[in-house]
This record gives sequence, structure tokens and C-alpha cells, in this order.
Amino acid sequence: MSLDEQTVRKVARLANIEIQDDDVDRIGTQLSGILQWVEQLGEVDTDNVEPLANVVNIDLHLREDEVTDGDCADKVLANAPEETQGFFVVPKVVEQEG
Amino acid sequence: MTELTHLTIEDALTGLKNKDFSAKELAEAHISAMEGARDLNAFIVETPEIALKQAEESDKRYASGDAGLLDGIPFANKDLFCTEGTQTTAASKILEGFVPQYTSTVGQNLADAGAVMLGKANLDQFAMGSSNTTSAFGNVINPWKASDGKDLVPGGSSGGSAAAVAARIAMGATATDTGGSIRQPASFCGIAGIKPTYGRCSRWGVVAFSSSLDHPGPIARTVKDNALMLQAMAGYDPKDSTSANKPVPDYAAAMTGDMKGMKIGIPKEYRIDGMPDEIQKLWDQGAEWLKEAGAEIVEISLPHTKYALPAYYIIAPAEASSNLARYDGVKYGHRSKDAETLAEMYAKTRAEGFGDEVQRRIMIGAYVLSAGYYDAYYIKAQKIRRLILNDFEKAYETVDAILTPTAPSAAFAIGENEDDPIKMYLNDVFTVTANLAGVPGMSVPAGLDANGLPLGLQILGKAWDEETVFKVGGVIEEAAQFSALPQTVMSKAA
Repeated sequence: MSLDEQTVRKVARLANIEIQDDDVDRIGTQLSGILQWVEQLGEVDTDNVEPLANVVNIDLHLREDEVTDGDCADKVLANAPEETQGFFVVPKVVEQEG
Repeated sequence: MTELTHLTIEDALTGLKNKDFSAKELAEAHISAMEGARDLNAFIVETPEIALKQAEESDKRYASGDAGLLDGIPFANKDLFCTEGTQTTAASKILEGFVPQYTSTVGQNLADAGAVMLGKANLDQFAMGSSNTTSAFGNVINPWKASDGKDLVPGGSSGGSAAAVAARIAMGATATDTGGSIRQPASFCGIAGIKPTYGRCSRWGVVAFSSSLDHPGPIARTVKDNALMLQAMAGYDPKDSTSANKPVPDYAAAMTGDMKGMKIGIPKEYRIDGMPDEIQKLWDQGAEWLKEAGAEIVEISLPHTKYALPAYYIIAPAEASSNLARYDGVKYGHRSKDAETLAEMYAKTRAEGFGDEVQRRIMIGAYVLSAGYYDAYYIKAQKIRRLILNDFEKAYETVDAILTPTAPSAAFAIGENEDDPIKMYLNDVFTVTANLAGVPGMSVPAGLDANGLPLGLQILGKAWDEETVFKVGGVIEEAAQFSALPQTVMSKAA
């Protein structure tokens, strides 16, 4: 199996990573190589095996629903690439009509 | 007096208690070693001013008699551990300039124990790599040299941590291990490192790669020093939902050397094709040492071993693609300058900020999690993960610990194994199983290969039983008497 151009572009879109046109082939070949290599898992019969998401057999701890942190907007914004008046600034999302 | 930078943590603590030298003198000796070994590129940021300030406070605690467990011990902090007020990058351009407003729990535990931070250690970008050649801040150079003088990789991803400890710049280091990133660099650099049980050390404040596989742990030169480091780093943390609320045993006290009645397993599936004879010989020698110390050696089977790496390269990228979705240029880190729309800003920021290997893994993760492939790849890999855990649980019904080589080779030259990602991935063939199963594993330096490069042996233990791992590791260390020094250290001493 080899990833075609369309699939490579779809994966890049899902990953939210811009790729250059001349990189599509290289990326496709590398991803295909890895995917072919993991195909060997198909040799193992896993029909009655329960998937294991995490080795920790503990119930996630529930805490009281109360405020334990906060009131630190300055810290939250300290590394913002752009901020104003307590908000993060991003490029315009909604265009104005007219 | 021995040079201060050559002392073990254990001996340095004795020296500090006896006032043979001050914490400040110890810090100054290590700062000067750090400055003298910049060619290794082991640090992304040096923090001598923090080290000196912490050392002065440490001296006050020694004077007043309230010194902590690691008081005055200079360590390197892998640049994956967030440090309040000090840049933390995960060795990626996407986090260049990021200054955390909080400190990781493990880092705080070390600070509370009195340890002194020398700087932020270089690593593979987002801890993805086995050679420390994926860092956006340059390769780390192994202090050990090839016989032809060529620069070697220190292993990865904790390459800066391992190089700093081996080069006698730091007495110990923080590190993380997602597929072998503590144990393989420890083996390549001739030092020891332990990946504890999953849940033993908090992951809070550690930049996430693959949350169900990431294990913080220590690197240091001796087994006992690792015991002291882990003692300080480990413990329950309510801020990490997978942190275990279990008491931390006295690890150093577990090193009794008593192997009587212990059964050590040798997994036959770890005898892989193409493994160098000298690694097989060292492995046999390790088993012989344990037998001489009174242990019984038993051949065991871990039948799904060969499927561990391919399962890992589905699970780890899947978790990484989710974890690294947060780097979008909005709240912190790099933001692309030439994007007009929000969507463009995300895609350009991530293309400019992430290195090739990180992009590759995010894309693999996005693929295996995408509609139509989720069951075939991701669920399948999780089922294999269950079988690997079952293999260990079955083996531990008969044995107390397992002995294997740490890595299939000694340190290789920079640039080797770069042509094919899978060749690089195979470095973790002996270590990755323990990440999938969550069981503890330690690498102990056990010998040199024909080229004079260090080789490690790995001890795997039962979940929550690091004590046995330390005990067996101590016996291997005692028998191996590994005393060789890296060439860069010898040339400086001369």
C-alpha cells in the first residue's frame, strides 16, 4: 500500500500542517513505509482481546467541584504571541458584510 | 581530594554533610565543567545564576541542620520539564521563547529536596528520537568518541541529560522515557538510568508526547545515585490523574546484594537476528554474574515482543497528534508571520515550528485515528498492547525480574540510521515493551565493546517493584566494575 497524493494532502489537512507541493512525494513514501511496517500486526489474532488504553488500573480520582486555581490572567497571557486588554488576538475569523 | 565533578551523588552528600566542601564550591565546579564542555551542546539554556543562588541556600540549610535528601546536588533538567521563569522548549522552534509560569511537579520535588539546577538539557524534539539529532537547537555530542575520533550520538531522546552526566558536568539529570529515552542514552553514554513504573513520577508540567507511555525518571552515574534521585522525584500528585497514590519505598535500602532465592528471566525473543556477538556475550555474562550472586536463571518467553515496536508506532503517534494539537500559535509559542486567515495561521505555524520527525509522527497519528482506519490501526495496536502486558504478567508468575541488553548496538556516528525512519526506530526494540506494559526498567553500564564504547544491560521488574530492579542492578554494577571514562573527560583530566 502506498499513500496517493490525495491521501497525503488529507492527512496534512487533518494534522493542520501546511505542506509544500514538492514535499508530497517524499512524505507519502515515508508514511507508506511506516504504515507497511506496522501491517505485520495483522499476523496476530486479537479477536477476543480487550484493547488496553492505559496500564493504570485505577479509577480516575474525582475531586470536589470547587475553584482551586485562577485569578491569574497575567500568567495565562504571559506567553501570548499577541494580546490586548486581557484577550488573545488572532487573525479575523468572521468577515464583516458589505 | 578527588575532583568534585567526579564524585557520586552519594559521596558528594557525605562530603557536604562533613563540610569537606560547600554546596557553592560544588556548584562552581560543575558550572565550570559545563562551560568547558559546550562543544557537547548538552544544554539549551545554562542557568548558572539559579544554580549559585540555590547552592547558597543549600549551604544555609547544611549550617542549620535541615538539609534535604539531595541538598546541594547539581543536576541537569531535561528541557521537557517546565521551569517557572526559565525558557522551556522541548527542543522545538515552536516553543522557542516560551517561559513557563509554573514548575513541573518532578522539578519542584527536586527543588524541595535541595537539588541545584545547572540548566535545561538538550533532547530530541518533543522527545521523538533515539539519537538527539532531531533537536532544533543542534545535535548533542556523546562524550565517548569512536576509535577514528568521529562524533557519536548520545542516544535519545534524553541525550543532553545523558551526555551531561557522563561528561561529569552534572551529577544527575531528569529525563523521560516514552519508548526507551532514558535507558538507551544511558547505555550509549556508559551511565545508569531508570524508567520507573507508570504512575510513579508525576507527568504534570512535563511537555506531553504520548501520555499513556511517557515516564519521567532519573539518569545518574551509579545505581545508588539513581535510587537517591528517584526517591526525591517520585510520589503522588493530585495534578496528574494517572499518578499513583502509593508510598515511595526506600530504594537505596533495597540494594542489599542478596540474590538468594531470586529467579531472573532471560526472554528468548530478545535474541534477535543481527545482534552483535559482543552484546550476546555481555548478556550471557550478566546472567552468569547474577547466578554467581545466588540467583536462579530461567529462560522465559515473551511471545509478542516483535509486535511491540509496530504497536508503539501507532499508539505513540496517535497520542502525539492529539497532544500536539495545542501548538497552534494562539496562546503561546511560535506564530507564523505570513498568515492572513486563522486556518492559514494554524497550518503555517505548525509547518514552520515543528521539525520533520515531529510532523511525520503527527501525520501518522492523524492517519491512524482517521475515520475508516481507527479500528484497523489504533484499536488493533491497543489489543497488541494488552497481549504484551499479558506476556509480562505471565512471566512474572515465575520470575522476579528479567535481564536483557538495553540496546541492539553501541552509540553510532551522527548521521547514521537517518536514511530510513524505521532503522532509527529499531534502537528501541528492547526497551519499548516496558513502556507499553508500564513496568519499571533500568539500564546499568556493564562493559565496553571492541571499539571501547559502553554497553548497558537492562533489568525489567514487576509493576511497583523498582526495589527489585535496584537490587539486581546493584549486583550487575558491582560485578561489572565499570570504571572506564569517556575520552573527552580523560583528555580534560590529563
